[in-house]
Amino acid sequence: MLLEVEDLHVEFRTRDGVARVLNGVSYHVSAGETLAVLGESGSGKSVTAQAIMGILDTPPAFVTRGSVRFHGEELLSASADRRRAVRASGVAMIFQDALSALNPVFTVGFQIEEQLRVRRGMSRADARARAVELLDLVRIPLARQRVRDYPHQFSGGMRQRAMIAMSLALDPEVLIADEPTTALDVTVQAQIMDLLAEIQRERQMGLILITHDLGVVAEVADRIVVMYAGRIVEHADAVSLFRSPGHPYTSALMRSLPRLDSKGTALETIRGLPPSLLRIPPGCPFHPRCSRAEDICASHVPSAVRLGFGRTSACHFAEEVVGGPRG
Amino acid sequence: MVPVAELLEVVDLVKHFPVTRGVAFRRTVGQVRAVDGVSFTLGAGETLGVVGESGCGKSTLAQVLMRLEPPTSGAAYFEGEPMFSLRGAALRRWRREMQIVLQDPYTSLNPRMTVGDIVGEPFEIHPEVAPKASRAGRVRELLDVVGLNPEHLNRYPHQFSGGQRQRIGIARALALKPKVIVCDEPVSALDVSIQAQVMNLLAELQGEFGLSYVFIAHDLSVVRHLSDRVAVMYLGKVVEIGTEEQIYRHPTHPYTQALLSAVPVADPALRGRRDVIRLTGDVPSPVNPPSGCRFRTRCWKAQDVCATEEPALISRDGGHPSACHFAEERSVVP
Repeated sequence: MLLEVEDLHVEFRTRDGVARVLNGVSYHVSAGETLAVLGESGSGKSVTAQAIMGILDTPPAFVTRGSVRFHGEELLSASADRRRAVRASGVAMIFQDALSALNPVFTVGFQIEEQLRVRRGMSRADARARAVELLDLVRIPLARQRVRDYPHQFSGGMRQRAMIAMSLALDPEVLIADEPTTALDVTVQAQIMDLLAEIQRERQMGLILITHDLGVVAEVADRIVVMYAGRIVEHADAVSLFRSPGHPYTSALMRSLPRLDSKGTALETIRGLPPSLLRIPPGCPFHPRCSRAEDICASHVPSAVRLGFGRTSACHFAEEVVGGPRG
Repeated sequence: MVPVAELLEVVDLVKHFPVTRGVAFRRTVGQVRAVDGVSFTLGAGETLGVVGESGCGKSTLAQVLMRLEPPTSGAAYFEGEPMFSLRGAALRRWRREMQIVLQDPYTSLNPRMTVGDIVGEPFEIHPEVAPKASRAGRVRELLDVVGLNPEHLNRYPHQFSGGQRQRIGIARALALKPKVIVCDEPVSALDVSIQAQVMNLLAELQGEFGLSYVFIAHDLSVVRHLSDRVAVMYLGKVVEIGTEEQIYRHPTHPYTQALLSAVPVADPALRGRRDVIRLTGDVPSPVNPPSGCRFRTRCWKAQDVCATEEPALISRDGGHPSACHFAEERSVVP
């Protein structure tokens, strides 16, 4: 297994109390595979990624239990130096907002070259040549000239490309992309997703794609985990998940989405709001909003039910949900 | 569809913002052509969707329609009355008729005002709509209409979630019983599960009060869901306009086709089976838009004529209006 997260618990100790942000998250990604992590704001999808990278703000965030393994090596207990080395060449990450992820006072080229010089001991000239190659790879036009530009001189799409170039500089085995196209226009989003998919295929990288967009997930994911209130509620391959969702939350999400291919009438909605992580309801965290909740849902946390073909769903009625009429 | 009387008519609307240099000797060095000759009509009870990517001028259009920004040129008629020359009492009367709902529910509500004061404030300016004695009751009614608990009128915006805040903004827009509500990206800041609730609310309110919407958004699925007719904007211009069915099923402008093709569809079974059009590059700057057709720099159909002659937004072979010399139907939505 390339990268594996197991039973991860993270809490935020705030003035208002302890927010249980992750409550036992497990997933893994193999080489050449795209795992999509789907969830709404506050579901814990980004915090999981930050825990993998070791870039959680502590305090307030504390990992209280669990394991993150890269090629079987435990990272949570690794030394700061070792973690930095893994961040450098093992697992790289790109962020939603490329403008704030890039340093405004250095050129784009310098920011790519810096890691090559520090980590690979390259000379300035070699690092510059490699930076131009990387910008070329992500299809920045006139890379040889643009390498000297500052981030603000790039358009939104080009900045995201530059960040991808930077993340690829040290040939990572896993790339975590946290909402990489959310801030971009739809025509540019399509370009960036194509680029990511192509690079991932060529390099046989493991790609963890964090997003709230069901459409993006449907187009690129091999496997999908759906998160809600710091838990994984469903895990399935992409085709099965969209054909027959195995958790009421997944199925409700799909039905609440307006469609491009038909006008439709009223949308189905999910009543209420996601829970406050300071006061997660007992039992299944989704039960107050769930249309098929029964008494047991309010008292017992459902464990992951196996649905065949490697699928799981954390619902007491998972078998009925997955067998039900198509959402 | 029954023919509708025109409530709002916009003719060749232009809004340019000057680009200036220097502090002591400020001089104008260019113009941002944010809206550059936009025309459309809106009937009673109708929703006109306006879609486009960032920088296409759709939010500036909203600002000008609300008279929050003066137009550079062009005209707009509300119930036949020229809107931009209204003054004094007539202007105040008109302002009751058109209201706006903004994108960001976090910054569009004053954090120091209670919800009751926010929703009731329009009555301070237009006391004729609700006499003082009945105001508190009217505010409760409005909160109830948008699905909020009327008992919460003494709470502050920060005590509400994003979706609830957007409901507060909608209640405020409804307060003066307007005929038209301009919605500028009203659901784009919301999570998927909350977005559906607010979209359903907008549809219900339209049925209940006979409202007309100018619904501005970048999400093509959201626009299709709520709109009767749709205008597609690119760099300050409408490139194609028609019924929801015409735009989504039978688009004729290459930009509309590319836009629709780029939207990811939530069905993995369609992977690799869709008609994929990928545009290269980014949208050019509205300070220096390309000559002729503004889309030609990214268009796969572009010919010499596209650089010299601006295509008019007219219907070719009996179809709906499309601003392309080579307009031709191509169905891209599966």
